[in-house]
Amino acid sequence: MTHIAAEAAERPVIIVKNAVKTYGQGDIEVHALRGVSLVIERGDFVAIMGASGSGKSTLLNILGCLDSPTSGRYLLDGVDVSLLDDYDLATIRNHKIGFIFQSFNLVPRTSASNNVELPLVYANVPKAQRRKRAAAALAAVGLSDRGHHLPSELSGGQQQRVAIARAIATNPAMILADEPTGALDSQSTAEVLGIFSRLNSAGRTIVVITHENDVAAYAKRVIRLRDGSIVSDTRNAPVDARYVRAS
Amino acid sequence: MNFESIRIAFQGIIANRLRSALTMLGILIGVASVIVLVAVGSGSAAASRKRLEGLGSNTLTVSTGGGGNRGQTQTRRVTIDDNDVKALRDVTQAADLSAVVPLVNAQSVTASLNGANATPATFYGTSVEFSSVRNYPVSSGVFFTKDDEDNASKVAVVGATFAKNLLGEGVDTATLLDQQVKFGNGVFTVIGVFKPKGSNGAQDQDDIVVAPISTVRKLLAGSSNRVDQLVVQAASRSVTDAAQAEVTAVLMSRHTGSTATSFRVLNQASLLQTQDANNKTFTVLLGAVAAISLLVGGIGVMNIMLVTVTERTREIGIRKAIGARKSHILTQFLVEAVLLSVLGGLLGVGVGLFGSRFTIVGVKPVVETYSIALAFGVAVVVGLFFGIYPANRAASLKPIDALRYE
Repeated sequence: MTHIAAEAAERPVIIVKNAVKTYGQGDIEVHALRGVSLVIERGDFVAIMGASGSGKSTLLNILGCLDSPTSGRYLLDGVDVSLLDDYDLATIRNHKIGFIFQSFNLVPRTSASNNVELPLVYANVPKAQRRKRAAAALAAVGLSDRGHHLPSELSGGQQQRVAIARAIATNPAMILADEPTGALDSQSTAEVLGIFSRLNSAGRTIVVITHENDVAAYAKRVIRLRDGSIVSDTRNAPVDARYVRAS
Repeated sequence: MNFESIRIAFQGIIANRLRSALTMLGILIGVASVIVLVAVGSGSAAASRKRLEGLGSNTLTVSTGGGGNRGQTQTRRVTIDDNDVKALRDVTQAADLSAVVPLVNAQSVTASLNGANATPATFYGTSVEFSSVRNYPVSSGVFFTKDDEDNASKVAVVGATFAKNLLGEGVDTATLLDQQVKFGNGVFTVIGVFKPKGSNGAQDQDDIVVAPISTVRKLLAGSSNRVDQLVVQAASRSVTDAAQAEVTAVLMSRHTGSTATSFRVLNQASLLQTQDANNKTFTVLLGAVAAISLLVGGIGVMNIMLVTVTERTREIGIRKAIGARKSHILTQFLVEAVLLSVLGGLLGVGVGLFGSRFTIVGVKPVVETYSIALAFGVAVVVGLFFGIYPANRAASLKPIDALRYE
């Protein structure tokens, strides 16, 4: 039992081999990724940095099974994602990945708690259990008292925390965040990053895209992209470190 | 999961109240017009059936001359008289007739009573069988008897409308009983009032006065033995055609030089059938017009659903990013489309039933249960059918494309 668990823990959650992504054809061909190879261990907190157009969003979309590489392989938990159909990809996005966006992307005209429940609805979780898990997720981001509010009634920071609650509601092993603090003030940014640190120390793998060094300072590992290729890969703290604090 | 989809679809409808209401209005009008127009169709069918049945069941109306053969060589003018009536009453010549009622028309007879005047639309001199054959029962008083007919008694039986015209509005028509009313040159005692029959659509059947044929000839129509019209009753509905042939044969044999077109024999049964067929065509046509508006309403649903899908592309992307399957999105939008048409359909049924309570262009609509079921069913199917394409378009969006949509 422990042996199997240990083996699972040792297996990297993400393995990307020579991923290439090309948009358009012929003269207007754009190379978003030019052969990226990457291994991310379970429990790591990775920041991917780069200027706009460096391919970091494309990489994250591929990691989140929202997009697929033109060539190359992507193994998530040892499963080659390119072999899966739409149905299985939806299941993976639902069970294994929590996605957080720069623009929050809450479903409009739907209360915070219903937004958090949504992935559980798609996972066919019974209603009573859904309620409980949504309440727990909202409590984890400190928004227990805002469950009945509509997204339009919440501040940016609160909306992003609801989005985080939604991302962790299905208890996924991996959280992918695309510039999660890009639209937030410094105080909300600190709150969100604090939540990420807590989630990471609870064992979740986190991959964050950012172009802010302050944000990257929370991460254990920083990967820099330029023109679709990795130009640097720095480890600031070991994967199993309990806390990483910005200096 | 199904319940969730319905809840989510409801939210979508409520979020765009005006747009949803207008879309539902399209379906509503379609369903309501199917129900109302079919009701008008069958209402007018019922009215015309009642009109024909009001003439008496299994009856043939026989008159002389030219009607219906314009453009042909003028046939020799013939007149029907009492001898024809006698011949037709002879069972050996016409076995399938149960009654022969002669009618003499007295034109423009003005009645006066205590200084009040009234002119009945119809003044018939006729025989005792009139009341039963033409389906004119007496509500107060009595109908005249064979004795009255033989003795040319100065008695009259009047319709309710005529009685009202003479007495003035609000007076009980029965007060006219036993009164002496002056009709033209003669003074008649009113011995009965007919039970009101209502309008037959063309004229008020109660604006009538009936007196014995002998009396009318003596006092009003001249004393020849001429008969203007015959009402012949067949022994049963199944022998009306045979009765018609017998009537024509007897009359032709009695009038030398006459042809089949010299006499006009109106067969109530065949008239009823023709009328029924016409009414069916009429109802189907009305229904078809209404069905087209239902179809237009359905296209409205599709149009709005396409707009909704485009508008909510980003939301679809979000849902897919957090794990919605194609089937989840498909159900959500399909349920929304069907919900729009179901709600519109239900409201349409309500409006249709309400609208059918009013008299429309002189017709009292008769609501057909099948038209409600049909209209509502078609509305739901239309919503489903026109919802499939937009819903499928939404469900087939790639998550990354949907998320990037601005």
